[in-house]
Amino acid sequence: MSSDVDDYLDGNAAAGELSNIFAMDITAAEGQCAHCGAIKRFAEAHVYLQAPGLVARCSVCQHVLLRLVNARERVFFDLQGMRSLILNTSRLVKSGR
Amino acid sequence: MWHLGTVISLHDETATARTITLEVSDWPGHVAGQHVDVRLTASDGYSAVRSYSIASAPNSEKRVELTVERLPDGEVSPYLTQQIAVSDQLELRGPIGGWFVWRTQQTEPIQLVAGGSGIVPLMAMIRSRVLARSTAPFQLLYSVREPGAVLYREELQALSDQDHSLDLTYAYTRVAPKDWPRPAGRIDAALIANTTWPSKLVPTCYVCGPTSFVESASRLLIASGNDPEKIRTERFGPTGERQ
Repeated sequence: MSSDVDDYLDGNAAAGELSNIFAMDITAAEGQCAHCGAIKRFAEAHVYLQAPGLVARCSVCQHVLLRLVNARERVFFDLQGMRSLILNTSRLVKSGR
Repeated sequence: MWHLGTVISLHDETATARTITLEVSDWPGHVAGQHVDVRLTASDGYSAVRSYSIASAPNSEKRVELTVERLPDGEVSPYLTQQIAVSDQLELRGPIGGWFVWRTQQTEPIQLVAGGSGIVPLMAMIRSRVLARSTAPFQLLYSVREPGAVLYREELQALSDQDHSLDLTYAYTRVAPKDWPRPAGRIDAALIANTTWPSKLVPTCYVCGPTSFVESASRLLIASGNDPEKIRTERFGPTGERQ
């Protein structure tokens, strides 16, 4: 997956959907890629919405950070590509509430 | 989680863009730069969700303005720009996002770079700055297809006329006005060097537009010496057609 292909958006575009799961803002959170170790704001992740679901990839190495699929009454959420996620509680900008 | 907003006014900005002002009784307030998701549901239960940036500054009146650009093959934007009427209701989720935001406490120089309707969240920042009487120096580089596609032209002009710390540069990509100093074309290194803050002032940069625009504008800002950590980006539209 090359970053020269402009068919992605960024973490901002995933934040509404992810507000179903996270009570705090995800875009300013710092996530570490489990593949390359890069620590980036989630807003910078490359997000693909045209898959059957939502896929976020590391903006540095393009490996999958998270996948989210809504199927009827259930949400399938795969976070194995993210080693850790640091959320900032100092600014109480809630998302989607 | 979802709020119900009532349309209280509609204003056509250009031939293809419309500003919708909504009153949202349980609106929790927002910060300039945030967006909302809009959900439309058809009578058969089919629903579509799209993200739109908030154009209005934070205010105490529970009002939210969205400026929507019509996409020729869009599923939601033709309804929002052509069919919606005053007193109609829309479902909104938000405000969303705590990264691509400008807060009134920020005092450092701000570089805004807009591609097409990427101006919308940046306009919220400019309006927020005015409302808060902030003196943070702002520069806007606004890349737009042609003069007729410029959003908020009169308001931007008036603001920059009365305030010398708001600097405005248009870059036309397809058709420039007569006698315009720069021929129509995409933004390039020379334009970035001549019309954005010198990197030694350590500006915070906000870049919003179609993905290809954001990628090239951020590359140019980094090439001219800006720290990637000081560049905040927001991309929309996989094809860039929202311009």
